[in-house]
Amino acid sequence: MTVKTPIYLDYSATTPVDPRVAEKMIPYITEHFGNPASRSHPFGWTAEQAVEEARDEVAKLVNADPREIVWTSGATESNNLAIKGAANFYSGTKGKHIITVQTEHKAVIDAFRELERQGFTATYLAPEPNGLIDLEKFKAAIQPDTVLASVMMVNNEIGVIQDITAIGNICRENNIIFHVDAAQATGKVDIDLEKLPVDLMSFSAHKTYGPKGIGALYVRRKPRIRIEAQMHGGGHERGMRSGTLATHQIVGMGEAFRIARLEMKAENLQIRRLRDRLLAGLEEIDEVYVNGDMKNRVPHNLNISFNFVEGESLIMAVKDIAVSSGSACTSASLEPSYVLRALGRSDELAHSSIRFSIGRFTTEEDVDYTIGLMKSKIGKLRELSPLWEMHLDGIDLSKVEWAAH
Amino acid sequence: MAYSDKVLDHYENPRNVGTLDKNDPHVGTGMVGAPACGDVMKLQIKVNDSGIIEDAKFKTYGCGSAIASSSLVTEWLKGKTLDQAAEIKNSAIAEELALPPVKIHCSVLAEDAIKAAVADLKSKQPA
Amino acid sequence: MSNEHIFLDNNSTTLLDPRVLEAMLPYMQNQYGNATSRHLYGRAARQALDQAREQVAEACGAHPSQVIFTASGTEANNFAILGMAGNNEHAKQIAVSAIEHPAVTRPAFALRENGYRVAVIATDNFGKVDPLSLDVALEKPTSLVSVMLANNETGVIQDIAKLAEIAKSKGALFHTDAVQGLGKLSLDFESLGVHAMTVSSHKINGPQGAGALILDKRVDIKPLLHGGGQEKGLRSGTENVAAIVGFGAACALLQTERETRSEVTGQLRNSFELGLKDLGATIFGDKAARLANTSFFAFNEIEGETLVMALDRKGFAVASGSACSSDSTEPSHVLMSMGVAPDLARGAVRVSFGAKNTSDELNRFLAALQSEVQRLRELTAIAV
Repeated sequence: MTVKTPIYLDYSATTPVDPRVAEKMIPYITEHFGNPASRSHPFGWTAEQAVEEARDEVAKLVNADPREIVWTSGATESNNLAIKGAANFYSGTKGKHIITVQTEHKAVIDAFRELERQGFTATYLAPEPNGLIDLEKFKAAIQPDTVLASVMMVNNEIGVIQDITAIGNICRENNIIFHVDAAQATGKVDIDLEKLPVDLMSFSAHKTYGPKGIGALYVRRKPRIRIEAQMHGGGHERGMRSGTLATHQIVGMGEAFRIARLEMKAENLQIRRLRDRLLAGLEEIDEVYVNGDMKNRVPHNLNISFNFVEGESLIMAVKDIAVSSGSACTSASLEPSYVLRALGRSDELAHSSIRFSIGRFTTEEDVDYTIGLMKSKIGKLRELSPLWEMHLDGIDLSKVEWAAH
Repeated sequence: MAYSDKVLDHYENPRNVGTLDKNDPHVGTGMVGAPACGDVMKLQIKVNDSGIIEDAKFKTYGCGSAIASSSLVTEWLKGKTLDQAAEIKNSAIAEELALPPVKIHCSVLAEDAIKAAVADLKSKQPA
Repeated sequence: MSNEHIFLDNNSTTLLDPRVLEAMLPYMQNQYGNATSRHLYGRAARQALDQAREQVAEACGAHPSQVIFTASGTEANNFAILGMAGNNEHAKQIAVSAIEHPAVTRPAFALRENGYRVAVIATDNFGKVDPLSLDVALEKPTSLVSVMLANNETGVIQDIAKLAEIAKSKGALFHTDAVQGLGKLSLDFESLGVHAMTVSSHKINGPQGAGALILDKRVDIKPLLHGGGQEKGLRSGTENVAAIVGFGAACALLQTERETRSEVTGQLRNSFELGLKDLGATIFGDKAARLANTSFFAFNEIEGETLVMALDRKGFAVASGSACSSDSTEPSHVLMSMGVAPDLARGAVRVSFGAKNTSDELNRFLAALQSEVQRLRELTAIAV
């Protein structure tokens, strides 16, 4: 076997910086190092020009006007800025009710919790078992004082794609500001903000082969959406977000998004082929369950529960592949994934889930090695598992009375 | 999560994995934990006519520390009397495997499994 | 950019040290893990963050557990002001000095929407914050005082330990923006006696995109960014590993090089100011203890902005004030606080040296300055 281990299959946690992106970034930390806010000398001008070119590239990928793009330090900040900034700005006229979904990223959920502490009321919609939201349930959650809704485009754990157009239209009809976390969507699904009824959209560079520490927020101009700044200072980014801009990181995000625009179509075909190969291989194992809808899903993601195997020992068993059990941001805790629980998965299946996320540099050899490894390790762990033994004996585990400890 | 070498050794090469006939009057079976908690441990002991544990087997659904704890106790149990077996404390298991604080519950579970297996065996053997 | 351009604006940003770049490169290339991931890639990133945290802590005289990484100095200042002041229902006043960076004053003023009052503490004519003015301001219950360690425009250094002691005796928390202090002064968080201190990477030949708040962990602070719970829940968001590693590497270099840098830039600055005096310039803040590298000055009847542009055409990058406010033609708020006449203040130009600047560059700059000042004076004379 010629593959280099551990094989990286955690592209949804973070992606490597594309070498072409790194190459473009490096001159901006060595030669063109000006502070883009320094207007009085060309060190600043060169930086500013690079920043504006990058802004164009980010705008182009999502078919927006560059003036609608605000730089941030990442999707977490974009989500915080959009949600807290818009909810606070519009709460006086519209009201203090906000809607999101239980399977959103922590940055959205926690921004909602913070608004609740400030006196807002929030609805956390439960998704359907396939991870998608039922539009009728979304409509039913709307109140006369609903000011903002936030729904992610692509889920980080299970990769399902929500119907942003339909949800956005409902928001428009009800005069609700609509925010979309698209951190996991860029380069994976087509985004056309000229057509999409979305007011605010969060982006991240490091999920799309750009550097960490840089992101952007789309803020619609027509009709103009206003947000209250969450970070104050020199008045950068038209007052919406202060702080010295890291020129090389912005340049990196621009280049990463440019490459995504040019290559995503072909790349996604290749990735879908690899993902389908992985799925076919893993489905040869008994008692595996795919989490989340397979049809409305990005090709990069495969989230699978291996029944009768415990999650942490599973992760130990597969240390030759770098994968994630649940979101990277929660993997420090032993809690089963809240996303899978929201889908109604049992704790056992949630515990034994693995997210395989495939990307630009994944090869067929990587996939085949992974299939072989999973087959052997799952077999070994099941050999050890009393639950598997009971299952083979035909015992219905849901009927067993367990001695809780 | 950083595991000690001993945990890794038991995890990679678990001792005494398997199943004994639970209907055998000389076999005691203890099953503790719950799938929802992330650990289920099944421990079986077999005693000879002089009341000495001559075989021990386990199967565990759980993390590496849970697997290592149960693997370790199967080694310790062999050759002991039931009373000696019942004296094995979780602290000894935790110390032997250098379990971190968040994994102490795995050693507690192993101690519980021993007690449950001994109790099962005693219930089968009229005094 | 022309490579002949000479950069004399090191308080705005600095050239990345090649050794720092070298430390960063692996994290921009092969070491790309998310530090929260538990697999090998994630653990490697986590270890790199731990090391950087130690390096930053050492440069700041703090314990690694007191370092909270942010994306910039601005974010750290916002975090300190909004997170520490916004919690006290019984002391609804914040006191900030009149010479703070907007990244401190703007969040302080933003808190007025929550019913807070902002007291602005004046400086004396030398640019020093007057302890008596702080005493007066603290007669009202105050939740937080923020005074910068060294001013970005004049370079004047405040007696933070003394001011912090006064604030603490009145039950107020104390924050200092030490963005200009790190790398130019020996910093000791413990002996300064402050509750929180802001530092930034790109002012010390580290990369843009990393800053930190050094925080006394006994202080109750509210996060600015909510989410994945990074930085012990105080600053969510995927860590910018490459930038943080660079920040750490830049801090590590300070251990051996900081004093030399101060000597080199101090000599350049002092020779420069001898020349300035010959040309008849007024130098601001030079009666107080200042950062060794900074010179803030003006010529009568020459607009600062005009001089800066003229020097730029000759190949020298200098500033007419802090970068963030160089859009506006308002005279520097720092000079206003020092009681400088507005007309003279409009002429203010800042030169800030870096250790890479040479005496040859200085001589060329002085010659250019002399000829431009002469030319502009003649133009002004004709206009009048």
